[in-house]
Amino acid sequence: MSSEVLPETAAVYWRPRVDERSLAHRGRVWTLTTVAHTIPFTVAAVLLFALEPLSAPVGLILLAHAWAIPELYAKRGANVLRRRPPAADGPERAALGLLGDLVGHEARALHARTGLVLERGALGVWVVGEAGALLARGRRVDCWCVHVDDRRLPSADRIAHLLLALRTDEQGFATVANLAFSGARWRVRRRLPPIQRPALDAID
Amino acid sequence: MRTACISAERTIARMARLIRMDDTGHTTLAEWTAADELSFDAAVTAFREQLDSGLYAVVTEGEGHARQVDELPLDAELVILRRPIAGG
Repeated sequence: MSSEVLPETAAVYWRPRVDERSLAHRGRVWTLTTVAHTIPFTVAAVLLFALEPLSAPVGLILLAHAWAIPELYAKRGANVLRRRPPAADGPERAALGLLGDLVGHEARALHARTGLVLERGALGVWVVGEAGALLARGRRVDCWCVHVDDRRLPSADRIAHLLLALRTDEQGFATVANLAFSGARWRVRRRLPPIQRPALDAID
Repeated sequence: MRTACISAERTIARMARLIRMDDTGHTTLAEWTAADELSFDAAVTAFREQLDSGLYAVVTEGEGHARQVDELPLDAELVILRRPIAGG
């Protein structure tokens, strides 16, 4: 990755530049938020059951909330890799050729299977899609919404745009992107379409 | 005959390209060689026009590396024009 500054960061000048420390901090905030959403429902369910066993149906509803809220957040994270409708065959083939020139053999093969490109960076391992990217750091994954604003572009070109920006300035790329979710990789993996899951499995 | 073929391949290999990612996949806007000033000048003109229209130019430097450029590098093999990205 290069040490240049991505020019798009000027459009989000109020955001501090993302680095490993800020990523770790954001990750902790996400975890605390998840806990804050989950614990009260769980405690309330247990308390209700302890006070009145007949309240079990209400307790079950509360536990369902405790389970569903983190799942919805994870789904939001997985959605950053959602595929867009493809362009016509000719442009898609041309774009695929260019993307193929930008990545190595393994990444090409993975893209053919999953529609996603794996890119190893200084902050972690990126899984780049058409309108977003995942950053895997250990067992945690950060899900970023980021896109090129031209719906006519073939899907491989949309990925190539993000890949080139990422390679130019990884921290700037993360600064421009919007964080949609940060949490356990397994949680996001199971919300991905099965065809995309090998991209997350290929990280290790 | 074989020598001529090899010579042609090498000439093509040295030909640098300025391409723009667009709705056709990509479009080659200019090609040049270090030895041909006219072709390079034409490429610089095309390059400037694209930058003025809001595109960014990137030179790939092997897998995992890219460099943004404001001037067309004479010695680059491939210069790619991309649109700005945004969050959301």
